[in-house]
Amino acid sequence: MGTALLGSLESGVIFAIMALGVYLTFRILDFPDLTVDGSFTTGGAVAAVLIVNGYSPFFGTIAAVIAGIIFGALTGILHTKGKINALLSGILSMIALYSINLRIMGKANIGLLGEDTLLTQVQTASSGLGESLSKYSIVLFVIVLVILIKLIVDRFLDTEVGLALRATGNNARMIRSFSTNTDNTIILGVALSNGLVALSGALMAQYQGFSDVSMGIGMIIIGLASVIIGEAIFGDRSIRRATLAVIGGAVIYRLVVALALRVGLSPSDMKLMTALIVIIALIAPMMINNWKDKKKKDARRKQSASEMKAHLEGGKNNA
Amino acid sequence: MLKLKDINKIFNEGTVDEKIALDDIQLELKKGDFVTIIGSNGAGKSTLMNIISGVLIPDEGTVEIDGQVVNNLKEFQRAPLIGRVFQDPMAGTAPAMTIEENLAMAYSRDKKRGLRKGVTKERRILFKESLESLHLGLEDRLTAKVGLLSGGERQALSLLMATFTKPKVLLLDEHTAALDPSRAALITDLTREIVDRSGLTTLMVTHNMQQAIDLGNRLIMMDKGRIILDVDPEQKKTLTIERLLKEFERIRGEKFASDRAVLG
Repeated sequence: MGTALLGSLESGVIFAIMALGVYLTFRILDFPDLTVDGSFTTGGAVAAVLIVNGYSPFFGTIAAVIAGIIFGALTGILHTKGKINALLSGILSMIALYSINLRIMGKANIGLLGEDTLLTQVQTASSGLGESLSKYSIVLFVIVLVILIKLIVDRFLDTEVGLALRATGNNARMIRSFSTNTDNTIILGVALSNGLVALSGALMAQYQGFSDVSMGIGMIIIGLASVIIGEAIFGDRSIRRATLAVIGGAVIYRLVVALALRVGLSPSDMKLMTALIVIIALIAPMMINNWKDKKKKDARRKQSASEMKAHLEGGKNNA
Repeated sequence: MLKLKDINKIFNEGTVDEKIALDDIQLELKKGDFVTIIGSNGAGKSTLMNIISGVLIPDEGTVEIDGQVVNNLKEFQRAPLIGRVFQDPMAGTAPAMTIEENLAMAYSRDKKRGLRKGVTKERRILFKESLESLHLGLEDRLTAKVGLLSGGERQALSLLMATFTKPKVLLLDEHTAALDPSRAALITDLTREIVDRSGLTTLMVTHNMQQAIDLGNRLIMMDKGRIILDVDPEQKKTLTIERLLKEFERIRGEKFASDRAVLG
């Protein structure tokens, strides 16, 4: 496997964790949550600060998840208790988090090169297994991690609380009449989602070797692209299928970006590319359906016309 | 079981659009009572349902369910006590979720929701059994998404879900009005069957006078936010549409305003 391809796969799988978070809000809760752009950075910032201050990378990563959960919950509270529109609550959190992230880091960029991170630990642990295997240690580690998270998410959405959460996004009035406080399920859902996003940010900072205050910009669109691409390619018939599709979507997105860079696009074009991918992915299914519909109707019309003709001719023969 | 005392509700109070929705309502249902409510549009029937279920809060008066004043309880807090079926067949179920998942949510209505699985083997058996009572073959389609069901099937499922945990009060808000006549008849039969079997205390709003006369042991007529007629179980046995209309004209001194009530 080429190094570039391996690199895209690794970062794609790390982004998949973030995409699973976006799936929770965007699809399950029907809550377009823009906190993601802020909380992804928060994850990276918290992990980086703790790691350079000598805490264990594991502790730093867990702390990042908790920070994401807290800020996600705040967005949920703004929306449910403050009655602020869902989009606006996310934007407010995202903007506020920009300042908070700078406060957490104390500067715009923290380097982690030479520091012990979760990923260097994995590499060290696997170095005894021979070079051919240790080359793939990181990608194997993140794949196992993302599958584990997927299974936990699937299982959670099957629990009584999980069912109530899904119903909140599907028919809120109905689940209220079955004694669920939909404010709480929304806050819980947005909190968990941002916990996953922050985990993804924390891993990304450790993977790329630095945390940057702007590393989360455009993250929500990458998450949406992953969800939409994944569902379009792999289907979303059940929750299990959809979560797997989202992971696949994130990886494919990453590979497409790598390909685009190779054919000469510059990294600064990537945001535009992502937006275009999402736009196409949103519009294409509708256009394909319309086109199929029209084809079907044309075929039917043609058939009924030829039947009519046959009928008329048959009538002539009889006469 | 259900007791409404001095209920008043005014919409848009103090503006030109002011509307007295409920005017000093007194109503008491004994355990096992099945009361049908009729009345023309704007009589306050739906407002009454919303006040009982906690969607609306009364300006004055108290709502008491099973001896407990529930005025300060929000809709989701009262929900363990109340089962409700809406007019819209889409309103009572979650379309993107499966039949068994929907039933699991109904099952958890009067319990604390936790991290147990919503659909377990034992529960699935229970769900199957209760679906069989609908005679619609839904018991063989446990993992089908509810969005794929017809309006009648969805309303039957809503009815089953609303009554699954044997609520203290069952509220039916014109729950057959959006269905075609044969489906409506099916749901009406199911309603009678389920309410009889569990002896549920039931309040049913309907536009259909014949249905109001056929079902239940007591009938209430509402007009302009008041209860203008309360037919007790003895009188109800011999009640006809003609007598109801005459009664209305006698009380109000005007013709009943809605053709739909007679024909619908």
